[in-house]
Parts: sequence; C-alpha cells; structure tokens
Amino acid sequence: MTFEELLQIPPYSLGHEEKHALLTERLLGLTEHHLAHCPEYRRMLDSVGYDSGSISGYEDLPFLPVRLFKELSLRSVPQEDVVKTMTSSGTTGQAVSRIYLDRTTSANQQKTMVKIVSDFLGASRLPMIILDCPSVVKDRNMFSARGAGILGFSIFGARKIYALDDDMRLDVDGLRAFLEKFQGQDVLLFGFTFMVWQHFYKELVRLKEQGVTFDLSRGILIHGGGWKKLASEAVSPQEFHDRLRDVCGLDRIHDYYGMVEQTGCIYMQCECGHLHASVFSDVIMRRSLDFGVCGVGEPGIIQVVSTIPESYPGHSLLTEDEGVLLGEDDCPCGRKGKYFKINGRLKNAEIRGCSDTYAARFA
Amino acid sequence: MTNEEKYLSIFKESFDVDEATARTLKYQDIPAWDSVGHMSLIAALEDAFDIMMDTDDIIDFSSFEKGKEILAKNYDIEF
Repeated sequence: MTFEELLQIPPYSLGHEEKHALLTERLLGLTEHHLAHCPEYRRMLDSVGYDSGSISGYEDLPFLPVRLFKELSLRSVPQEDVVKTMTSSGTTGQAVSRIYLDRTTSANQQKTMVKIVSDFLGASRLPMIILDCPSVVKDRNMFSARGAGILGFSIFGARKIYALDDDMRLDVDGLRAFLEKFQGQDVLLFGFTFMVWQHFYKELVRLKEQGVTFDLSRGILIHGGGWKKLASEAVSPQEFHDRLRDVCGLDRIHDYYGMVEQTGCIYMQCECGHLHASVFSDVIMRRSLDFGVCGVGEPGIIQVVSTIPESYPGHSLLTEDEGVLLGEDDCPCGRKGKYFKINGRLKNAEIRGCSDTYAARFA
Repeated sequence: MTNEEKYLSIFKESFDVDEATARTLKYQDIPAWDSVGHMSLIAALEDAFDIMMDTDDIIDFSSFEKGKEILAKNYDIEF
C-alpha cells in the first residue's frame, strides 16, 4: 500500500488486526528503504544483527533513541533534495535534533496532520487565534518545533491573529476586535501549553480582576508541548481545563502529544481525556529493564512508530517519555486504536518539549 | 481586471517573480514558496476572490496550474 492509499483511510477506523497488518507492512518497507539509503542506519542495524526475516510484527522492528538525531545527521535522501530542516526546541546549551525533509515527507506530514485534526474539528476552517507571537515563524530556513506546530495548525484557520506581541504581551484590543467580528461562531485557539498558561490564562485572570472579561465559550483550544513546567507549578491537566473554563468559558480543550522527530503524526486528546493513536502511527510502551512490551495499565517508556518518514530514518523511535496504555479499540469516544496517557519525562532526561524549553527561562 | 490577471498578479506579488516564472512555478521551487509562503498565498487568493478554501484544496494546491484548476473546479472561478 502506498502512503497516498493509506491517507484515504479514516484515521480512527481500523481495529487491532487490520491496523497491525497495515503498519507492519509499511514500517518493514520503511526499514528496508532506510537500510538502502542511509549508511549510518545500515551500520547501526548491522551491529544489532537485524534480520527482516525474523520480524513478525512492527513491535519486533529496531528502534533508535530519539536523541540520536542530536548527535548524528541522519538522512536517506541526497542533501540537494532537502527542502526543509526542522529542529527540536532545545534551550541554550542543549543539543537540538535536526530533521531533514524532502518534498514528499514534508507534504505527507501536513496531509496526515490535516486528516487527524479534521476528525476533531470537522472539515470547515475556523477563525483562529494563535496564542503565541508572530516572530516564532520568522526564520523560514530553520524551523523550530514551535514554529512548525503553529504553521501546521494554521491551515485550519480561515482568518488568523496572533494574540501575543513579540514581547509576549496579550493584544487585548486585537483580541476583542477579533472576537466581536466572529461573534456566535466557533473559534479555534492554538498554542503551547505553558505559553497558554503563562501569557494567556494568567493575563485573563489579571484582566478579570480589573473587570475586563472575554467570552470564549465558542472556543476550541488545541495545545501541546509538554506539562513539565506546569506540573512543577502544581497545575494538573484537570485544573488547567477547569481554570480556563472559569475565566473565559473555554470548555472544548484538546491536548496533543507529538514530537518534531515524527511531525505530522500527532496524538490528539479526545472528549474523554485520552490521547489517541491514528492509523498513521502507533505507540508501544516498553519496560525499562528489558524493553519488553507493557500490558494495559503498566507504565513504560514510549516507543513511537510513524508511517511518514522517508527522508530520514525516524519511523521507529524510543522517546524519553513515560506513558501508560489505557486500552485499545474501546474508548468510549468511539475512536479505534490505542489510547493512552503520558506520565511525564523519564527521570534524568533533558527538558525538551516545546513549551518546556521556553518555560526553562522562567525557572 | 480579469480573473486570470488577478490570479497572476497575486503570484507575482506574493513570491516576487516575473510572469514567465510565475506561470511554471511549483510549490517548493523557490525559497519564497515554502509552507509560510503557501499560507500567505492562500490568504491573498481568498481575499481577492472572496472565497474560503477547504483544507484538502490548500494541500493539493501544488503549482500555478494546479491552483487554477482547483479554483475553477471547486470555487466557480472562470479563467
């Protein structure tokens, strides 16, 4: 099956067996592709004695540690085919990942992301409030994870405003004018978790004390990028939701999990509060002792697989996050596939979520 | 201004290119038509033709020619 054919499948329509067969075929194919086109990848797989004949399912495929992309330049296409290089959001002094995209992989990232998010937002585009500053997408040759996230989601916006200026101050007048213009319509809000809290929520609270209020009951917030900083402020996901609802009526809130090394395959949080894997990717929780596969309810290190990466060997990666599988094919929201939650970063891992690296400056 | 002229002038202005270049341009051919440039182009076209494009059409909009096809077929814009 080609990726184009895969894209025609509704993102949450396949049960375990069908999805397992589909992913195994595609991921095995990608492994062969990268073996043939990325010498460093071939050397690594040779050194662990990889044998495609011994693979009975995609959970048997080798995985690379995600931080390898900080240490090595891994490409499976000639340099001249690279149209975009994406970087993870490392703070000063931390190494950043470099992900090389050609036209095909770059286009497939955007197409996949649209399929996934459309399942939650519907097909129509909405007025959109970006809870960040415009300068984050200024450097077009070197995309940060933050810029890429904003740009990727921008396709869902019909008319857009950036709610923050380059000093991260809320544009109160701009926001008011925008909301008045689109009164009575659904409005999409997008931002990174910590930025939403620090520069939007806290400002709304301050304004409310002065008698200035905003009604965002028609808002749909999509946010991602990490909870570490908020957890250290003792703000739980539930409290994040409750307090946003209290200050501005915002009640439709979707967190998402994703990483620059597998852009496009994001894991959206459903109405039941669960993160969902689409047919385009999957998570496998692994035991830290022997990398065995965890059962439902058992916390483990998250491995992510994605059907997208063709220009770099990032289709099977071990993250530095801990998560718990909650179930498969039986979430009350009706979506098939695995659903799970994130416990947080593994201990001693670097801070590197989009919102967390930004948050490090507030420490 | 005809629709053809309008369409062409948006390409020329958005990407700072001449007519000959614009007419054969494809997505990612030049640095200006990257993903940022793409969303600016779509916004300019939507304003000029007073339309709202679907996400699928924005993704399929991969060249000057393809764009015209999409506008003609899905948005009743005659060229």
